[in-house]
Amino acid sequence: MRGEADAEPGAGRARAGTAPASTAPASTVRAASRVAGRAATRAWLFAALIGAWWAWSAGSTSVYFPPLAKIVRTLWAQWAVGPARAQLGSSLEHLVLGYAIAGLAGIGIGALLWSLRYLREATSPYLYFLYVLPAPVLVPAVITVFGIGAAMKVVIIAFAAVWPTLLNTLDGMRGVDAVKLDTARALGMSGARRTLAVVLPAAAPQVVAGLRNSLQVSIILMVVSEWVASTGGIGYYIVTAQESFDYLGMWSGILMLAIVGGAANLLFVLAENRLLYWHYGARAVEGRA
Amino acid sequence: MMGQAPQPPVVALKGVRKGYPLRGGGQRLALADVTFDVARGEFACVVGPSGAGKTTLLRCLAGLAMPTSGTVEFEGTPLRQVPAGVGVVFQDYGRSLFPWLTVRGNVDLALKARGVARDSRPARIAEVLASVGLADAGRSYPWQLSGGMQQRVAIARALACRPDLLLMDEPFASVDAQTRFGLEDLILRVREEFGVTVVFVTHDIDEAVYLADRVIVLSASPGVVSEVIDIALPRPRDQVATKRDETFAAYREHLLGLVMTR
Ligand SMILES: Nc1ncnc2c1ncn2[C@@H]1O[C@H](COP(=O)(O)OP(=O)(O)O)[C@@H](O)[C@H]1O
Ligand SMILES: [Mg+2]
Repeated sequence: MRGEADAEPGAGRARAGTAPASTAPASTVRAASRVAGRAATRAWLFAALIGAWWAWSAGSTSVYFPPLAKIVRTLWAQWAVGPARAQLGSSLEHLVLGYAIAGLAGIGIGALLWSLRYLREATSPYLYFLYVLPAPVLVPAVITVFGIGAAMKVVIIAFAAVWPTLLNTLDGMRGVDAVKLDTARALGMSGARRTLAVVLPAAAPQVVAGLRNSLQVSIILMVVSEWVASTGGIGYYIVTAQESFDYLGMWSGILMLAIVGGAANLLFVLAENRLLYWHYGARAVEGRA
Repeated sequence: MMGQAPQPPVVALKGVRKGYPLRGGGQRLALADVTFDVARGEFACVVGPSGAGKTTLLRCLAGLAMPTSGTVEFEGTPLRQVPAGVGVVFQDYGRSLFPWLTVRGNVDLALKARGVARDSRPARIAEVLASVGLADAGRSYPWQLSGGMQQRVAIARALACRPDLLLMDEPFASVDAQTRFGLEDLILRVREEFGVTVVFVTHDIDEAVYLADRVIVLSASPGVVSEVIDIALPRPRDQVATKRDETFAAYREHLLGLVMTR
């Protein structure tokens, strides 16, 4: 790790002027160990919480709060090798599709509105209205139009999740430093290239913040859409189990949902760290200057 | 006037006036009436106090801003956008470099934007980075470098497309004195190597006299050209010898007098 950072040409030179004593590789190592430390703390806390739940519930005879060991066994039997796999698959399909549409449309429409000032000014009140409107209230309307099939769920997820990305993209692009725009023009970049190669990357930290928000909304709406009117998915499974007094099944569904949410977040953070490597690096340097 | 050059000037400003609209209507005049030419191969420094309209002038020269009235011609044609023959270095390298790209990436983007073929780009990047003494820094990110090195990246990026005219807006104002002297010598050397005409904006009179063939003095806001002075100091210039020269001191004193009385 260290050797690799040192091999980076130029990275090891002293920063003349602002911070002569500190060098980039040292800070990289420090940052890496800080991240590792935080991850370790989290892992310990997670293990401790699970352990506590496991121990506390071990002797439970309540049908409402079955022992964790039993829930995990049901989880395996139902979701890993059992019939609920189809429910998981259908949920994931809607989530991935709805979120992808929300993300792409959010960035695309955000960028379009950014470049068309008059349209932006005309639509901005409606955008904020739709943003603050709680998406679940739209579910009945979407059902009326799209029925209760897969399309309805994807539409609900996409419609609810598009706003955070769209508004963050718009805000981020509007906040791009005028010097960067001047630079892009001075380099002779065409309008489209300026948007794609300068404005979008410069706005990326905020776009990513929007995408993270959209992901959370997507997961919530995935479940809500399955609760309301559906014949499949994790949300449907949980509700059906609860209604038929299958509390073990219900808990296994809730646990499955937690796993889906956790995995989605983990993937997001990994992608974010790769994509915004430069942003965090530059910010760490600024912090020291 | 120095150099009755047979060629037409690289840039020519005639009666350039530039106002910015004010909130309550009307406008704030940044440049009142600016007229001057820059000959091919010349190193022209524009000095003036803060707020004199130096940045505004440079943006008009680059084609980044249109004058309210008057004309700016680059190689005989009126400016509409930034021409391919112009490179610009901004004051604040931290805001001008693209932090998501490596040093190579920053230079490469300039070449891409001007349509330089993919297979000739790596050699061009290596060449221009070597010219500014950053041959080994290509894979670093700008923010991993010192301020002086970052400004050299910006210079390399501006030179990558081999411009006829290099415009620089107080490029060394935010680095420490020692680094600045090094950068001044670097820009003189690079200018020889690339045979580029330079318009260099600064508020530092010593820097202007040290670098220039000609110093254009802007009065305080709104800017007008209050004086143009040919600098007859020998080249190559030297940080110690040139600045010890009596002629250097005389220019310096004269310019200080001009700027102070305003
Ligand atoms: N975009 C702008 N909008 C309004 N006023 C501006 C703008 N840019 C510069 N000015 C004004 O024009 C004058 C000259 O500014 P500038 O060209 O930046 O001067 P300098 O670079 O010499 O410090 C200043 O009074 C400044 O406030
Ligand atoms: Mg300025």
